Amino acid sequence: MSMEATAADDHDYTSTGLPTWKVGFWTFMGSECLFFASLISTYMVYKGASTTGPFPAEVLNIPLTSISTFVLLMSSTAMVLALDGVQRGSRKLASFWLAMVIVLGGTFLGFQVYEFTHFVHEGLTISQNVFGSSFFVLTGFHGAHVTVGVLWMTILFTMSVRGKLTPADALKVEIAGLYWHFVDIVWIVIFTLIYLLQ
Amino acid sequence: MSNFEVAAEAQVHEGGSHASVGFYWTIAGVLAVITAVEVAIFYIDALAPALAPILLTLSAVKFALVVMFFMHLKFDSKIFTGVFVAGLSIGAFVVVALIMLYHFLPRLEG
Amino acid sequence: MSGHDSGHGNGLWSWITTVDHKRIGVMYFIAALVFFVVAGAEALLIRIQLWGPERDFISAETYNQMFTMHGTTMIFLVAMPLSVAFFNLIVPLQIGARDVAFPRLNALSFWIFLFGGIFLNSSFLFGAVPDTSWVGYANLTSSQFSPGRNVDFWLLGLSILGVSSIIGGVNFITTIINLRAPGMKLMRMPLFTWMTFVTSFILVTALPVFAVALILLLFDRFFGANFYRPTAGGDPVLWQHLFWLFGHPEVYILILPSFGVISDVIPTFSRKPLFGYPIVVYAGILIGFLGWGVWSHHMFTSGLGPIADAFFVASTMIIAIPTGVKIFNWIATMWGGQIQLTTAMLYCIGLLAIFTLGGLSGIMHSSAPVNLQQHDSYFVVGHFHYVVAGGVMMGLFAGLYYWFPKITGRMMDERLGKINFWTYFVGFNLTFFPMHISGLYGMPRRTWTYAAELNVSLPNMLSTIGAFIFALSALILVYTLIKSALAGEPAGPNPWKAATLEWSIPSPPPHYNFAVIPTVRSREPLWREDERREIEAVTLKEPDVEPVMPNSSYLPLLLASGVAMTWILVMTGKWWAPLIGLAYTGVWIIVWAFEDPFAKKGA
Repeated sequence: MSMEATAADDHDYTSTGLPTWKVGFWTFMGSECLFFASLISTYMVYKGASTTGPFPAEVLNIPLTSISTFVLLMSSTAMVLALDGVQRGSRKLASFWLAMVIVLGGTFLGFQVYEFTHFVHEGLTISQNVFGSSFFVLTGFHGAHVTVGVLWMTILFTMSVRGKLTPADALKVEIAGLYWHFVDIVWIVIFTLIYLLQ
Repeated sequence: MSNFEVAAEAQVHEGGSHASVGFYWTIAGVLAVITAVEVAIFYIDALAPALAPILLTLSAVKFALVVMFFMHLKFDSKIFTGVFVAGLSIGAFVVVALIMLYHFLPRLEG
Repeated sequence: MSGHDSGHGNGLWSWITTVDHKRIGVMYFIAALVFFVVAGAEALLIRIQLWGPERDFISAETYNQMFTMHGTTMIFLVAMPLSVAFFNLIVPLQIGARDVAFPRLNALSFWIFLFGGIFLNSSFLFGAVPDTSWVGYANLTSSQFSPGRNVDFWLLGLSILGVSSIIGGVNFITTIINLRAPGMKLMRMPLFTWMTFVTSFILVTALPVFAVALILLLFDRFFGANFYRPTAGGDPVLWQHLFWLFGHPEVYILILPSFGVISDVIPTFSRKPLFGYPIVVYAGILIGFLGWGVWSHHMFTSGLGPIADAFFVASTMIIAIPTGVKIFNWIATMWGGQIQLTTAMLYCIGLLAIFTLGGLSGIMHSSAPVNLQQHDSYFVVGHFHYVVAGGVMMGLFAGLYYWFPKITGRMMDERLGKINFWTYFVGFNLTFFPMHISGLYGMPRRTWTYAAELNVSLPNMLSTIGAFIFALSALILVYTLIKSALAGEPAGPNPWKAATLEWSIPSPPPHYNFAVIPTVRSREPLWREDERREIEAVTLKEPDVEPVMPNSSYLPLLLASGVAMTWILVMTGKWWAPLIGLAYTGVWIIVWAFEDPFAKKGA
């Protein structure tokens, strides 16, 4: 048996041919499903349980939240287009679409800030009733995840305009994209269960 | 080159077919339309009794579209599907179980 | 020599910045051992208090703190880290890898764990030791009924620890999927690696649920939320659901690694392959999934209603089946084999006996009507100590005696090992068997004393004597460890003539593990003569070119400090304080993202 190093000895060898970071990240997202499932369960368990108002029908704004939902969906579109841009080696496309993700994600956060402030003015705080507690903790953690995503995209955008995102870096952008889409699909569930199925 | 870059370069083609930009816009359009339909149904009183099943189905479709096409899961290795669906299915189970225990099963009173 | 710095010097700094799974495993092991002594001391205080009826050796308040910290420490700072120590030390060696998938994250998990454990125990310095039991039921834990800092230390400490476990779980899943040697198909992996795989899935799915339960409690205590506040419509029973949705899978997190250990050790000392390998694998996977469906068997007294109760009775009884199947497979492995009663093997056989007894008392609990009598009594305490202090620990000790030669290059003293085993076995049974009796006589748990009229004085006396014998065995273990590490007989690569890949490399392993990654062709590569020769031809020689390993890094320690800091700042009660911690953490994450682990350091 030859004593020369084989392909398996390369420190990039994998048993599946799949990028290790991608395997790890999909696993992490499987884990995050449980985190949000527990928060969503808590909200669903406490539907109708508040002993005092404000109640959901009084404060939830469907038209406004529909727009912010649409905005977030479009930000996911921008994300795949940004990845496409990086894969093609187009600094212009990648930078433009990454900027769009940031703008649209930031817009979503803006809507959330407005909504939260408005609710507090209406008397709905985290301590007011179980609706307030479960609503703010669930959507707050989601919003925190969006915020982390926006920061992540800002770093990628900065790298892109400096020409530091080449096709060889596509995996980094792909993983950032997976995170962003994940945050979007969690919102799909939240929008339906909290806003549409009051 | 960093380890990350070397690995990425070696695997840059593992993802299978690359969708066209047009395809992505089509998916985006479908997502927008479904969202609009969901909101419209919300306002149609006649559909109120069937609201939950309809909305849950439509949302599930949106969820699947983003996962399969934007996250590319449909074209990637089944291993990614495996590790993700493992968590997703347990999460779905937890939500359903707690809803059942709190809203659909009689408890001991008093 | 290249300009790489894999940190294999001997200074403190090289250990603090190590990303080598073997060193990280040793650090987990030593930390777990220290916490074991602390939690053991807490147990002895409990047993002294319970020596006779109506004693006041310690106050009721102190007693509450003792059983809380004993349970919390043993589960989160001893049993789990000991398992993780073995995941770290052994899994890469068993699959033919040079390290885990994410070496820096691996170190990060360790430092987060250490900071969390220290923070939790720092409560002693502040006179605010957690005192609401390891299950922390609401709404005893509310700010109304627990106004001090005790519960805060508990919930924040455990939140920190949860992060460590989730990161670790992702790491090991990725490692096992992606870093197996050529030819190492999943159904050729050693059972310990298989059980690590299943355990890691349970870790990454169950810990987030616990994290949410704790976060909801955090918001209740610090920000006036109403999650567990009945007057506002909250339900304390929700805590029980969320806790046990985590807590039951947690017990499988505890036992599966031990099952994995004995599945590797028993075949070695029976000189026979594991009987029914695929069945043992599938049974383990089934346990991992079914474990999600039984949680409310901890809640039969919480008024869930007859339909819910019936469901959980059935699911709990069903889950006994795959466990029973494994026991039959282990016995069948030994049957007709050439048994070698090494200390490791004694611990395995001990586990079979002790865990079976623990499982039998568990089946008794699964019947809801019977459960109503047994719940919150010492019968439960007897049950879970049999499966955990018996089953879990004996499996891990078997692993210790088995793999010690591989990691240290020295044999453990077998004579002392046997003394350790027998004092353990006698002390353990004397301590915990009488608890079944005192429980059935009505002795409640978590109660600082008992009346003489209850007639449980004799069982308690026996338990206390047993506890001291048990403690003696722990001291013997520590002595044996130190003596063997310093002066044990040198061990070769394969002192047990075992079958799996970790035994094909030198003891202790070189820092790159395998000079050349071998190709594997079977489940027992070293028991097939031609395969063994092929493999050892490459693994026991110096490499032509030393494999490149990732650099050591100070970032895991710094990032861990950020994680711990963020949670600890919640104690201030100011909403913006943890955000400062998050910002500090974020800085290190960004530095981490731009650090190249394979960059050549300046000469």
